[in-house]
Amino acid sequence: MTGTHQAVRGFDPGAEAARATDAILHDTLHGGHRGVVVDSPPGAGKSTLVVRAARELAAAGRPLMVVAQTNAQVDDLVDRLAREDPELPIGRLHSSDQHPYDPVLDRHPRVVTSAKAADLAGLGVVVSTAAKWAHTRAAEPWPHAIVDEAYQMRSDALLAVAGLFERALFVGDPGQLDPFSAVGTEQWAALSYDPSASAVATLLAHNPGLPQHRLPVSWRLPASAAPLVSAAFYPYTPFRSGTGPGDRRLAFGVPSDGSGPDRVLDEAAESGWGLLELPARRTPRTDPEAVRAVALVVRRLLDRGTAATSERGPDPVPVTADRIAVGTAHRDQAAAVRAALVELGISQVTVDTANRLQGREFDVTVVLHPLSGRPDATAFHLETGRLCVLASRHRHACVVVCRAGVAELLDEHPSTEPVQLGVAVRFPDGWEAHHAVLAHLAEHRVSWRP
Amino acid sequence: MSLITTLARMEAVREGRARPLTTVRHRHLSARPMVFVPLTTAGEAGAPLGALVGTEREAPRLLVVPQPRDRDLRFAFLAELAEEMLPYLDGFADRVETVRRKETDPGTGKKVPVEVELCTDAPQLLVPSGAGLEYVRLLGRSMRFRRTAEQDPLAPFPAPPRVPLLGRWLTHYGERSRVPGSALLLSVTGLLALHWATGQSALEDQHLGALLGWIDPPPGVSGERAALSAELDRGEDGLLVCPPAGPATDPVFDNTCLAPAIKRYDQARAAVAEGRPGAVALLRRAEAELRELVAGQLRPTWDAVWRAVDLLAALPEGARVAERWTRDRWSYTGHRDRIRAGEPPQPKRDDAVTAARKLMARETAQAQLDAQQALDDPLVMAGRRLAGEAFAGEVTEVEMAWSEAKVPRPRPLVTVVTEDLPQLSEESRGTRLYRALPDGRTQTAEFAEFAGRTPGALVVRLTGGMGRGKVPDPGTVPEVGDRVCWTLFEHAPRGGPELPDPERTPWTHGGPPDSAAVDAPDPVTEEDYL
Repeated sequence: MTGTHQAVRGFDPGAEAARATDAILHDTLHGGHRGVVVDSPPGAGKSTLVVRAARELAAAGRPLMVVAQTNAQVDDLVDRLAREDPELPIGRLHSSDQHPYDPVLDRHPRVVTSAKAADLAGLGVVVSTAAKWAHTRAAEPWPHAIVDEAYQMRSDALLAVAGLFERALFVGDPGQLDPFSAVGTEQWAALSYDPSASAVATLLAHNPGLPQHRLPVSWRLPASAAPLVSAAFYPYTPFRSGTGPGDRRLAFGVPSDGSGPDRVLDEAAESGWGLLELPARRTPRTDPEAVRAVALVVRRLLDRGTAATSERGPDPVPVTADRIAVGTAHRDQAAAVRAALVELGISQVTVDTANRLQGREFDVTVVLHPLSGRPDATAFHLETGRLCVLASRHRHACVVVCRAGVAELLDEHPSTEPVQLGVAVRFPDGWEAHHAVLAHLAEHRVSWRP
Repeated sequence: MSLITTLARMEAVREGRARPLTTVRHRHLSARPMVFVPLTTAGEAGAPLGALVGTEREAPRLLVVPQPRDRDLRFAFLAELAEEMLPYLDGFADRVETVRRKETDPGTGKKVPVEVELCTDAPQLLVPSGAGLEYVRLLGRSMRFRRTAEQDPLAPFPAPPRVPLLGRWLTHYGERSRVPGSALLLSVTGLLALHWATGQSALEDQHLGALLGWIDPPPGVSGERAALSAELDRGEDGLLVCPPAGPATDPVFDNTCLAPAIKRYDQARAAVAEGRPGAVALLRRAEAELRELVAGQLRPTWDAVWRAVDLLAALPEGARVAERWTRDRWSYTGHRDRIRAGEPPQPKRDDAVTAARKLMARETAQAQLDAQQALDDPLVMAGRRLAGEAFAGEVTEVEMAWSEAKVPRPRPLVTVVTEDLPQLSEESRGTRLYRALPDGRTQTAEFAEFAGRTPGALVVRLTGGMGRGKVPDPGTVPEVGDRVCWTLFEHAPRGGPELPDPERTPWTHGGPPDSAAVDAPDPVTEEDYL
């Protein structure tokens, strides 16, 4: 973040980000609109913004409710708020389940936890999930709310909580996975309040004049990844990386043994991307060879004594299991990878689907390509947000494991979703984004026959 | 498509015959369903060409619109359809039982017990295909806002009496069919594909004739051959032996038979209008010819629907099907009450709150349906086990334990050895598990740990379903040697949160709906006078 190279390019990411944040906070605290929308690309400091906005609203004496989507997000947020402002009284409204919140919150003396909203009355900030808020009733609406991950919140979930507050700051990443429904929702397509659409889509359809802001700098993505992710998934709202080429480096203590996994790791360390391409084949979802290849890449990453150097400090930091994630499209694939990792004696590596990796950050990610080995390309597998999540979780490098032939598969399966009148077409579509990413990955390809 | 369905389809290809996906029937099948096989006119939305309708397989009623673009003839068709359908739809309204349930008192806001009527049975409509479901909705939409001369004496083209009423019923049935697991209106291809896997794609399964070819091929013929014949074979007249199940017609039929026949009919009508001698007989002949043509396209589908009904009726009904049918009976009773109370037709579009309520109700219904089908059917459960969402095995050890609360509760530890691969790992300790007890209740538990080095052995801590005492009720804790099946999914998932009333729709969703705009009838356009 020192900005030595940025000065050369004439772009100071720190200043750009600060300018955007100031404008957002100004509109939130002093603007005349009931809502403010903030689009945040991957790793652009969304949580930092939410924490800062919460503190400033609390400092201004405005009681604030914060709506997040999952319990993990709520716990993270409360923990962070309490660490940054230990004096701030914070309420954590939770469910009445057995282990309703992260015990780490009990360490903060000013954090009050309860399953009843009434117990938390009078606290400056109360944080909970949308699902829990929906079950509360308030005699007086809250003057202010912050809705986090608003693009992943469904319109009907917002409907259930919107009566609780007067004004709100909506923050989220438009490029990630759209909310979904397990049942058909065609009958409401193109209605401004389509209950299956995202909360932001409904909000803006009914309140088109609301100020919209954008965070311009990704602090997470390295200089090797930001241009691709920006061009492939945010073509009309480009962003830059906060670090420059060479600010992030990966080095191995053990040289390559010449195997496919080692070669692809070398490529990824060099360029930030690696594609380990297995021979073309149609496989079941839990393709045993591909799953094994993913596990091997992780094994070698740990065995080779990988160390990461970044702008955070002068010394290389070992890339340990908790700094690695494996991303898949389906839950059974994640389960298969977990089992393969256990066989290789690895635990503590996060293995999950794109849905559950949203909002998380790692040093290195290994991705099982959603279209690997498939005979078809369905809307699910083509979804832009899924690929975007998988390709934007890493600070250093991303290795994609895939069967050959996906480009041909894409060409055989253009998107065939019915066009609904009045529904805004999403750009870029998944087909286009997949091709863009594949074309880039092809430059970092390592073919391997296990 | 789940792995087990893929497997079943591959087996179907190998054996040349559809493979069962279930051991029981997962939808209610009425003892006296009404079958409705509609045909539509190519090139004009919502212009019926004809239909076979009825409850007797030997005596369907044939309805034909000899000139589908003539609005009077279309109204006559709809009037006849109402004449046939409404007595059936109304026929279940008066046989009721009295049920006690709790309702919110509007004055006090408290839940009070009330006695309400519930129809003991409900009418069931069957259409051949998914496109047929859409057509029922379309007919409902085109009819329910029409005004009869009685409702609006100034209407320039009043609808025949009872046509708007039929529109409201069809709308209700069309909407209900979107609720997962409901059975008031069903498509036969959907029903068959739910119970059998064929050796063809899901898209091809929408062809009723091909689907039946796989499931029930003629003796000595492979399913693949029978399906191909159903799709392609044409008679000497060039027409498909197995015409499409509609509502769209075969273009060859349209071009070579229907269009000339309609032309002859138009000419005869013109002749009658001019008063030419013999013209009336000519018109009758042209009309009879058209009826015969349309009947020829409808009858094979009609027979195929009943053949499918026989195949489905031969399956025993799943244990929880009746429970879902009760919800359909509530739905039917509710609509009966709304009509009796003189409420206006269903609005053109759902408001924000209604749409959200419907979506939540359907998602809950889908989750319940998925659970119930698995619990009712070991073959469906096998698919869930294969996907790692459930596991079955033998109990090898039971260790009594209690919770550390002030009043200790039983928390027995049960070790199960399974060959399944549930989606559980060391990190997922505490994952909730569910088991159906013999009396139908659900027992909750949590995954405690993997049991030592034994492969496939895991320890489950029971957390519920053992009664209120310190000692579990007899029969609620499995014993060594018992076969048990635990699921990772809930058996009776709950619905979503309460939503505000429509008149309290928040600003994010556009505020309260404008009631005047909602109830306004369709504006009359030039097309209405074509």
